[in-house]
This record gives sequence, structure tokens and C-alpha cells, in this order.
Amino acid sequence: MSATEATVRVVLDQQAGPTLEPERRSAVLRSLLEGGYAVTVTGEGGGVSPLDDAELLVLRELGNDTDHDAESTEGDLPVHFRGVAELDDAGVLEMVQGHGAGRTAPEWKPWFPVIDYDRCTNCMQCLSFCLFGVYDVDGDKQIDVANPDKCKTNCPACSRVCPEVAILFPKYKNGPINGDVVQAEDVDREKMKTDISSLLGGNIYSLLRQRHEHAASRFSKERDEDRALKERKRCLAKLQKDFDIPAEVLDQLPSAEAILEKAKAAANTTED
Amino acid sequence: MTDTERRIVYCHCAYARVVPPEVKDEVLAGLANSGVAFDAVPDLCELAARQDPALQRLASDTAPVDVVACYPRAVKWLFHAAEASLPEAGVTIHNMRTDTAQATLAAVLGTAEAKA
Repeated sequence: MSATEATVRVVLDQQAGPTLEPERRSAVLRSLLEGGYAVTVTGEGGGVSPLDDAELLVLRELGNDTDHDAESTEGDLPVHFRGVAELDDAGVLEMVQGHGAGRTAPEWKPWFPVIDYDRCTNCMQCLSFCLFGVYDVDGDKQIDVANPDKCKTNCPACSRVCPEVAILFPKYKNGPINGDVVQAEDVDREKMKTDISSLLGGNIYSLLRQRHEHAASRFSKERDEDRALKERKRCLAKLQKDFDIPAEVLDQLPSAEAILEKAKAAANTTED
Repeated sequence: MTDTERRIVYCHCAYARVVPPEVKDEVLAGLANSGVAFDAVPDLCELAARQDPALQRLASDTAPVDVVACYPRAVKWLFHAAEASLPEAGVTIHNMRTDTAQATLAAVLGTAEAKA
């Protein structure tokens, strides 16, 4: 994950001069948030997050004839005052975009695993399991979500193989994967799943490899490609159902060779 | 405003529909029209993935904070993922996935008014 630098901070000013009507204020806020912009709302009570190095874009319920640029009281930050009284919601959003404020909505839905380190035992099951390179270990040999943007949207499969229910997807529909409290029965269920996986062949890669070799041997003798395809589809359908994997994720699985390479790399990491 | 005034951070969960839209819209409207200052962010998950400095500023701030978002366990580890671990004390997390808008607003604004 990489840090981003703040550019312009959007402030909805409710203190100086006329304020937006309640419904309009909510609509402007919602429009900006859904456009991907954070907004600081000033008020009579409470505080807001401290200033950083970002310029300020202050939106007020005034005409655009009051627009002007100034500097913060410390004189080190440009402050742009803009009236929004004559703009509709789309116009406000466009004006904010024109100032290069904050960020725009990402093309990528923010879907990635979040590790609950209170539960994680650093067993590396997730590292071994994920085929897309989301996980890695950090300098302290601690499992880490190194490449969240490589995670496949709506796929919670790695959380399903975690024996400690330590992997969250905050946008998942069900608990405890969504961050809900972990109950004893959740842990028992995950441990049972891992035990079954162990009984079947150590880990998912060796299981897949064995199935592949077995099927290759059998089908090469039978020369029955239709049957091989049918078997592969059956296995994938079972995997998809058990782990709630979206169909499009299965379509993006790496080649068999790449999977074997990944398995070797993961095995080396866990042995180190 | 003083440095120790309570902060409120509202997450709009903009890129998913896991928080009931009617709850988050009512909470947002309630906050916006309460007269209390707050920070509204489009999506905490997105900020965490970007390791946005805004999360680090919030976490390192000495003021108590109310985070209005989703499950406390998810919020705690999202901040951690952003290298912005929340302090043990002074943080209250409100869950719009399970609580009603009225209950959330009562808890947040009640706390803010009590601490102001």
C-alpha cells in the first residue's frame, strides 16, 4: 500500500455568513462524498481533524461574487473561498473537481483483506492460499496485506481458509468476515474446514495438484476430453460454492504452472 | 475550538451498499444539521488502502474521537492497515450496519454535546 499526499481539503463552512438550508446542505455533502471527496464541516461545537499541508477550499452559502483567495492565519496555506449559492449539486462537484481537490472516486472498489492481528497466529495459510499475490511477509516475518489492489472484488476465499477467523473484508455481507464479533462456533467451523483440508492432502495446492495429476493420468488413458472438462467444472463449482468465490475470479486464475511456482514460493517463505 | 475537543468522523461507505443507505443518509443529514463540526469521508476502506495521511492525523491526535462507520473490529484494523492505529482510550466506534440512524445520532451527538 502506498501513501498519498493531500492536495486540497474541502471545507463546508457553516459559521461565516448565511448557511446552507438543511436539505441542501445534506445534498451537497452527499454529492461530494459520492464523488469521492472528503469534506470537513465546520460547526459551533466539536472539533475537526487538524490542518495538514493541504490548501483549503472553503464552500459557503454566498454568491460567486464573494469568491476570493487568501492565506491561513499562519500565512502558510492558500485558502480559496467559493460561494455555492448559485450552483446546483452537480455544479458544486464540478467546481471542486476543478480545484483538484482531494481525490476522485476510484475505479477499484476498495475490496481487500484486513488482518485482525489480535487473532492472527502468522500461520501463513492465507499466503499459501491466495493465488493473486495479495499477501507477503514484512521485515519482521509477519504476514502483511502487501498488495491490496491485487485482491479480486467480492472474493472472500482467503478468509475462509483462515483457521483463526482473523481475516476481515469490511464490505462482506456476513459476519464474522465483515468484522462482526467472532463467536466460538465460528472458530470451530473454520478449524473443522482446515482439518478437512489437511486430511485431504496437507494444503490446497497439493490437493489441487494431486487432483490435476490424477485427472490427467486418468483422462489421458480414457482420451475423454469432455469428461475432463466436466470434472474440472465440477471441482470449480464446488470450490466456488464452498468459499463464496465470484465466478469471474475463477476465470482469472493463473495457469497451472504459475500456481505451482506460487506454491513453491509460499512453501519457501513459510519454511524460512 | 481547542485541541481536545471531540472529533467526529463519518464514513459514507460510498463504494458498497453494506451500510443501509437510509441509515447513512439520515445520519449524515442529522450530523450536517446538528451544528456540530465533523469530518465526512467517502470510504474508510479506500482511505486505509491508500494509507491516507488523514487517518494518521486522526489517530495521532490527542482529542477523543467518534468514528461513525461499521463494525468496531473492522474499523480498528482498517486504521491499523493504514499504519494509523487508533489509541486504546478515547475512541468510540458507532456501527451503522447494525444500529438505527436515531440510535447512532443519539449516541454521537449525546457524546459530542456532553464532551463539548
